[in-house]
Amino acid sequence: MKAFIKAISYYLPQQELSNHGLSALFPDWNVEKIANKIGIDTRHIAANDEFASDMAIAAGRRLFSEHAVSPSEIDFILYCTQSPDYFLPSTSCIIQDKLNIPVKTGALDFNLGCSGYVYGLALAKGLICAGIAKNILLLTAETYSKFIHPKDKGNRTIFGDAAAATLVSTSGFAGIGEFELGTDGRGAENLIVRQGAIRYPEKTANTLSDEYGNEQSAGNLHMNGPEIFSFTSREIPALIADTLLKNELAKPDIDQFILHQANEYMLEHLRKKMGISPAHFYIYMAKVGNTVSSTIPIALYEAMKEKKATAGSRWLLAGFGVGYSWGGTVINFK
Amino acid sequence: MNIETFVQAFAEQFDEVPAVSFTPKTLFKENDEWSSMTALSVIAMVDENYGVRLTGDDVRKSSTVEDIYNIVLSKTNA
Repeated sequence: MKAFIKAISYYLPQQELSNHGLSALFPDWNVEKIANKIGIDTRHIAANDEFASDMAIAAGRRLFSEHAVSPSEIDFILYCTQSPDYFLPSTSCIIQDKLNIPVKTGALDFNLGCSGYVYGLALAKGLICAGIAKNILLLTAETYSKFIHPKDKGNRTIFGDAAAATLVSTSGFAGIGEFELGTDGRGAENLIVRQGAIRYPEKTANTLSDEYGNEQSAGNLHMNGPEIFSFTSREIPALIADTLLKNELAKPDIDQFILHQANEYMLEHLRKKMGISPAHFYIYMAKVGNTVSSTIPIALYEAMKEKKATAGSRWLLAGFGVGYSWGGTVINFK
Repeated sequence: MNIETFVQAFAEQFDEVPAVSFTPKTLFKENDEWSSMTALSVIAMVDENYGVRLTGDDVRKSSTVEDIYNIVLSKTNA
């Protein structure tokens, strides 16, 4: 049994935070200059009463209507988020009910960020190839905006909220190839929300400036951007090379490289370092920002609209970040 | 590598400060333009020009341009 991507849809919350809006919030800060470098014009932000699961459900509904899929066809839900509704139950159970997916359906959450989509494809492929499920609804949804301190201008510039829904099935438009996955927990401290879970349940209110002047408390999202950049420029070229090797392909065999859309400055650095031409390296961030686990499905959706993949096209997908965790695969268009 | 070209390349990561105002002894973190974005640019420049991986920690423990230069130098020779 082979696994395929059959359909993708995505959802963005209505409210937008443009560069102009950020300038108004941080008048002493050159938002335009930074935003220009990282390639983001605007980002969508979930409403106060809108949560990642609501957005995942909206993305799921959109997939059903956009691709004429019935909820009754789904026999497994994989939900990737770091913003669950509750400690328990698994948010995927709530999603099953709200999407009217049959009770004879497997469902589970998994907690990953920027590598989550590639891991989701790997899990879905495993379930299909083992004959456990036939139509897997892979949902990614994140609301980092709810973790970020209101005065943390750096992270507010980078991250946007979004959800994506992908149907992985026994047939579809692109076969899912071989995977290269990696983990290095030594990087855990560099992208973390330290308080609010079991180890440190109490959230302290005191706000501290990080070494670059971004304000946050230990209950907020902390990202050591330069360190993550340093990790990425070492690890990702190797990930791409190993993903190609696993798939018995070379760089020229790939028509599009779609990497996690972390920020355009980082992506450009990686692109040049790996010697890939801009025509083969897709970037889609200006209107959405870094949406964590949804950047790859959103870019994939937009790239398919724009680039019109032909039969035999091979696209490489690679996600990397919080954990550290990373993964790559190749999808082969039919 | 020599320190003059390094200081020049380091200074180019700052858009609003004239490059000539940088010396090996410049305390770059005192510059208003210093941010996580400039730190990222310095790491990218070192990677591109010298093939060396400068970590966030290397940047954190440095004060002058020369401190960064010496780290790059030690990693080049490693």
